[in-house]
Amino acid sequence: MAALEELEREYEKAKRDRKFQARLDELLRTYAGRPTPLSFARRLTEKLGGAKIYLKREDLLHTGAHKINNCLGQALLVERMGKHRVIAETGAGQHGVATATVCALLGFECVVYMGTEDMRRQELNVFRMRLLGAEVRGVDSGSRTLKDAINEAMRDWVTNVRTTHYLLGSVLGAHPYPTMVRDFHRVIGREARAQILKAEGKLPSAIIACVGGGSNSIGIFYDFLKDKKVRLIGVEAGGHGDRLGEHAARFCGGSPGVLQGTRSYVLQDAAGQIATTHSISAGLDYPSIGPEHAWLHDTSRAEYVAASDAAALAATTLLARTEGIIPALESAHAVAEALKRAPKMKKSEVVVVNISGRGDKDIGILRENLELS
Amino acid sequence: MPLTFYNKPALVAYVTCGDPDLATTRDIVLAAIEAGADVIELGVPFSDPVADGPVIQRASERALRHGTTLAQVLTLAAELRQHAQSTGLIVFSYLNPILRMGLEKFCKVARAAGVDGALVTDLPVEEAGEYLRDMRAHDLAPVFLAAPTSTDERLKRIAQASQGFVYAVSRTGVTGQRQRLADDARKLVRRLRRATKLPIALGFGISTAEQFAEVGKFADAVVVGSAIVDMIERNPGREAAAVAHFIKELSAVSHQLSASSL
Repeated sequence: MAALEELEREYEKAKRDRKFQARLDELLRTYAGRPTPLSFARRLTEKLGGAKIYLKREDLLHTGAHKINNCLGQALLVERMGKHRVIAETGAGQHGVATATVCALLGFECVVYMGTEDMRRQELNVFRMRLLGAEVRGVDSGSRTLKDAINEAMRDWVTNVRTTHYLLGSVLGAHPYPTMVRDFHRVIGREARAQILKAEGKLPSAIIACVGGGSNSIGIFYDFLKDKKVRLIGVEAGGHGDRLGEHAARFCGGSPGVLQGTRSYVLQDAAGQIATTHSISAGLDYPSIGPEHAWLHDTSRAEYVAASDAAALAATTLLARTEGIIPALESAHAVAEALKRAPKMKKSEVVVVNISGRGDKDIGILRENLELS
Repeated sequence: MPLTFYNKPALVAYVTCGDPDLATTRDIVLAAIEAGADVIELGVPFSDPVADGPVIQRASERALRHGTTLAQVLTLAAELRQHAQSTGLIVFSYLNPILRMGLEKFCKVARAAGVDGALVTDLPVEEAGEYLRDMRAHDLAPVFLAAPTSTDERLKRIAQASQGFVYAVSRTGVTGQRQRLADDARKLVRRLRRATKLPIALGFGISTAEQFAEVGKFADAVVVGSAIVDMIERNPGREAAAVAHFIKELSAVSHQLSASSL
């Protein structure tokens, strides 16, 4: 608790500190590559024959995903707190890579915890982290995926709390993480809103984003929350079946529970044990969901649907061939939903899809699963 | 039965219920009580034991493979209560299994089983409003963890919410055996004494008679967890005997201390 309270205090101070904000903005601009473009998907729009589809290009951000927005913010807080060791959990590896990146940039010791199952399916990212100077520790307990990596990171943190900052990668965990991580990703929606108004002169009918922990989605949703006519659609991992253990769709079969410091919707069994989950995309493969999403769901401000492994794979190929963009498998879930929705919408309507990351890390999985013609 | 520590220092023994199976847990607990344990912490296995080191993690995994549930642990508690009238019984669990059962239902069933209290590992005092109301309504003692990193203000809040005893964690970290007792331990107990008149039990990392004796000098009770769970893991087929032997060694120290202070 002491560490969480210290973090909250430092974060509140930093929020009010213009120099902190200016330094973060400068790094986002000159180092990470913000602002990211909003691309009009002309050929895809024509092919589907419905709403105009725009893609928010977080795949073009340094390290290949949106994760670095949060990593830069928290890294600057680490500097303020005078700590020198940073630990993180990672699922697909993108958050691990972004953490290793900012640690190399600012000179911190870096340890990343990753489930051994995830290490196997995202080898490229494991290598990147090590090349960047981070130590990657495989976690062999439990399901050997993201939630187990989080457990191990939390164990490290409580043991080394005086010297170490836990750089949590999504809008999960105890307060202040869900709020703080969301704030660091708000820039996505802030940019997208200005960009779409400039491009179309009006707001979109819908924003679509994939939801694992929930950081890229809440990041793009947040500045549109006040625009009541804009529908916010979160796409969860439908995996390969409806039964517990075959997917990671928290809003289809999860119920309120407490995991790793947060109370939210959790996939669990009748005795309150946390369920194993499945998704072809490591980054969506998590049994709980950011509490702010639980609130958006319960207040009906946002809708949550699921896309299957198969749909995500098909969407990857289609986007690659119609727009020349290979999305991360996570982001492909959002694209899959857009493929379903756009044809049913009017040509005058606009849909914005968050491409939260690029698909290079997924080449191994894509090779295993796609038969290319 | 109020949680009273007759022997100073008292011994609080933790076991993961269902490891290797519930019947063996029953035998282990009864043997532990006979050997001198004053309070038993009945550990409920959880899929994500974030506060536990590898020994208790493995025990939890084994117990879960048998499908051990909170409900079964409470049934076991009722059975143990039949055989042990004056031993403290505390349910030691993460929050989610309790929430899934329902706080009120948990308290009702626990009270009926003769359980004295509960310690919910990942429930901080700040979030414990409903829990405290239900526990008190059913005459169950809520036990909380105090850490070396807890501020004085937080120690006061923990003390105010606690009943039975306060569980002081000896060091920053997770459960597990250690060679040396951390300096944090003595300091924490001293700070806690300023905040509470409740007995203070110190745990995490205690596995030898020497450590037990050392802690016994400044704490009212000593919690031994991973060392017992480890003994169970390493003595398949004779778990109860091994644990009883281990506890007798530790208890002998406390009898010596009591005798020497007369």
